[in-house]
Amino acid sequence: MQLYDMPDARGHFGQYGGTFVAETLVEALEELRVMYEKYRHDPEFLAEYHYDLKHFVGRPSPIYHAKRLSDKVGGAQIYLKREDLNHTGAHKINNTIGQALLAKRMGKPRVIAETGAGQHGVATATIAARLGLECVVYMGSEDVKRQAPNVFRMKLLGATVVPVESGSKTLKDALNEAMRDWVTNVHNTFYIIGTVAGPHPYPMMVRDFQAVIGDEAKVQMMEMVGHQPDAVVACVGGGSNAMGIFYPYIDVPNVRLIGVEAAGHGIETGMHAAPLTANSPVGVLHGNRTYLMQDADGQIIETHSVSAGLDYPGVGPEHAWLKDIKRAEYVAITDDEAMAAFHNLCRTEGIIPALESSHALAYAEKLAKTMSKDQIILVNLSGRGDKDINTVAKLANITL
Amino acid sequence: MSRIQSTFATLKQQGKTALIPYITAGDPHPKHTVNLMHTLVKHGADMIELGVPFSDPMADGPVIQRASERALVHKVGLTAVLDMVKTFRQTDQKTPIILMGYANPIEAIGATVFADRAKAADVDGIITVDYPPEECGGFVKELRARDIDPVFLLSPTTEPKRVEIIVNQASGFVYYVSLKGVTGAANLNIEEVSERVASIRKQTNLPVGVGFGIRDAATAKATAAIADAVVVGSRMVQTIEASNDDNLLDNVATLMTELKTAVDAAKK
Repeated sequence: MQLYDMPDARGHFGQYGGTFVAETLVEALEELRVMYEKYRHDPEFLAEYHYDLKHFVGRPSPIYHAKRLSDKVGGAQIYLKREDLNHTGAHKINNTIGQALLAKRMGKPRVIAETGAGQHGVATATIAARLGLECVVYMGSEDVKRQAPNVFRMKLLGATVVPVESGSKTLKDALNEAMRDWVTNVHNTFYIIGTVAGPHPYPMMVRDFQAVIGDEAKVQMMEMVGHQPDAVVACVGGGSNAMGIFYPYIDVPNVRLIGVEAAGHGIETGMHAAPLTANSPVGVLHGNRTYLMQDADGQIIETHSVSAGLDYPGVGPEHAWLKDIKRAEYVAITDDEAMAAFHNLCRTEGIIPALESSHALAYAEKLAKTMSKDQIILVNLSGRGDKDINTVAKLANITL
Repeated sequence: MSRIQSTFATLKQQGKTALIPYITAGDPHPKHTVNLMHTLVKHGADMIELGVPFSDPMADGPVIQRASERALVHKVGLTAVLDMVKTFRQTDQKTPIILMGYANPIEAIGATVFADRAKAADVDGIITVDYPPEECGGFVKELRARDIDPVFLLSPTTEPKRVEIIVNQASGFVYYVSLKGVTGAANLNIEEVSERVASIRKQTNLPVGVGFGIRDAATAKATAAIADAVVVGSRMVQTIEASNDDNLLDNVATLMTELKTAVDAAKK
């Protein structure tokens, strides 16, 4: 039985979440809210969604026991939920399929998206191509440089990539620009948000579409070891892969849920992207209230992380809530620690993880050492690291 | 009666429409803002909409975002803006000042503290772009307890049912955003605006201001014929952007004179 019942009808998770948008967006969000309510439990809609997850994405994604890594680290057994094996190489596709199918039912021929690392942009461009929808992706010009292969992928898939030059030229600015496009073109456009942030119903809707990760894991763990893991660990930028694996576990007792933020150069340096771990003040950005990295004037400050996908000053409102009610714990991993975990998984298991997921791996290694050999940590391996090889090579002073 | 309300009452007696220019505080440099405000008044501003710079102005187009970025170079935040209003009030106790900005700078200092400080600075109205009425009941109470008018936006997509909710929270005036989109976007359809304003008037006695898309004398005149206030934002900011320290005040004065003449010439 699901006891946890969040958000409320207006999208609030306690004081977090909500619909903090300009009046020009209110009707569009209301239309989306009504349509999502109509379809979220509709058997035909869900059948179409699950058909694509199975035949187009390749779900269920396996769970893999990383034995050599566990032995090397010492302590608890580390299991990986292999979202990196999904079509397009990350968990993002679970959500874009759900939203694109909704766009189709709402009669919107054009979809737009914001992207940081480019994974959500690729996942949106992919499903847009599959469904014959026009696709425009907004991406900070800094990220366009950092993630060139993904930019090329989106173009191959027929999407238009718009580099965003305003503000810090990263994910948050891409989000601003996508919102502006949506306000202007709302009559024919569906905005596919890639994370559990934004105004209601996005945090709830994206969580629901990503919950397939945790739903599968619960079944798979029973099949593999006959019980649930002692801890579930996932990286948190906006927090969609973490919410996806956490959500089905919220009501399961004795399963620790641990979100891993990006500590960048270190929390104490201020150069990080870890609003929950750093206990940043609560504020309003991108349509919801949440923990938010900001200065004393309430201006959003620049974030730092080696991983573009975690480089975001806010965090999904449901994570803020789970932190406050102490159902989930939030910790942070530095760039250096994430890099070490990246190389470790490559060498011990033959898996190249995304830099985002490497944050979760790094914390799992720390945690495993404090636990016994018969305990289990399930890490959400949210994406593969092929997109990051240029970044890694540069940091290791390797010329490709 | 608040300063905004009495200004509208006076203009109504004279058969006139209010001209409300928008500038972003601190743009192009904080040293100019108070002088610019006085220049606006001298050349016909009935009220001033003063933008509070924000790092992520989602509802604004590129022109006003650049203004925010220019101001933020000089760290002009909410506290600095309130200080500018205080300075302005030393020589002008008559012109209503409406702050326009985003929720987060207010959240950062807290609704009560902000309302106290806004009152102390003698601010008259507040537009908070991303505080729809459902999310800011407490804030509205704080403002109204201090006779500060919470001004709300209405958009072309706002259904009559919602107009009802919004006008019940608003005071001073309501601000009809005449375009779908962000500030500074494309063309104004005056017939459509006229119909919408007429329909809003059936639901409220509050004055109706119209903004977004008013770029020149012709659009200002056409809008003035149907609205109680004409708000000019992006065009004002573009003029500021295109000026230098020497011709800034003159250029703004020229634009204001042109707009004022147009607004006064409108047939009601």
